[in-house]
Amino acid sequence: MSRLTLTNEGVLETLKNQFGEAIISSETPYDLLTVEIDPAKNTEIIKFLKEEKSLDISFLTLLGGVHYPNDANREFCVVYHLHALVANFRIRLKAYLPASNPTIDSIVSIYDGANWQERETFDFFGIEFKNHPNLVRILNEDSMDYFPMRKEYHLEDATREDKDDRFFGR
Amino acid sequence: MGKIEDVPVINGEGFQLSVLDKVIATARANSVWPLPFATSCCGIEYMATMGSNYDVARFGMERMSFSPRQADLLIVAGTISKKLAPILKQVYEQMAEPKWVLSVGACASSGGIFDTYSVLQGIDRVIPVDVYVPGCPPRPEQIIDGIMNIHKLVKTESLRRRYTDEYKHLMESYNIDSNE
Repeated sequence: MSRLTLTNEGVLETLKNQFGEAIISSETPYDLLTVEIDPAKNTEIIKFLKEEKSLDISFLTLLGGVHYPNDANREFCVVYHLHALVANFRIRLKAYLPASNPTIDSIVSIYDGANWQERETFDFFGIEFKNHPNLVRILNEDSMDYFPMRKEYHLEDATREDKDDRFFGR
Repeated sequence: MGKIEDVPVINGEGFQLSVLDKVIATARANSVWPLPFATSCCGIEYMATMGSNYDVARFGMERMSFSPRQADLLIVAGTISKKLAPILKQVYEQMAEPKWVLSVGACASSGGIFDTYSVLQGIDRVIPVDVYVPGCPPRPEQIIDGIMNIHKLVKTESLRRRYTDEYKHLMESYNIDSNE
């Protein structure tokens, strides 16, 4: 049985042939294939990468959010890191969302492991994952009324009273 | 009873006059059962305090009570996140009177370096604290000093502290029902 080998160019070519317009752009920082995808097609693309026999990119390493407050209409980014365990090939998918409606389809139906990570991303960034089975806060206290990793919020606790900036070096 | 009748009793020997309050207070102070609520590095320092080098057993405190029902002193050592705050409060409420609280280290006392959205900025936001031990983390000597200050409180406070107006007012300010 010959070992499956994947290259950045080959995988990108396969994706472009399959999805065309949904593959918006790509780059290879540190030789890691990074593809910007249409957020409406995220489940289709991830499912294809997993189920296509010639790729077999079937392990979700990481799912997370990023906030770029200055990029109009693409303030939020959902990043998927995927890994082909057989070919030892990694790929990163990015889907940008507008702050007015940061919503994307959940991939829990493809990877159960995304359940926690989507909840966590919702908890910290307020990104809504459609069809997630239980999209509620997971790490922060339930009564928290904002999404703390969004950059409009200060890192410092807003309720502090006793810490005088003069003494705490701010 | 037969045996005691055999012993010759001389007036003035075998008894001692004192104030009952003080006898009880001394007994209490020398058998404070601590509940260590340890979450991080301050907890390690408290473990050293418990160990043979520093030995809290010298003060009748070797019996750690991991049930709040049988504890007299709540020792909070470490960072308390906001999510943990209601649990800490519940543990405090489950303790029977009389009860004292020792806040060990910068985090428990003020949030410490964790001035951030997820960390409670001092446990005195949810429960009343008797003695604060500063330090990040404090050395066992400092923790023992804090324990000595707790002992002073135990020895000098009124035995029925919970019936005083100040105490009731304090509990009310924390929304804790002191009549439970």
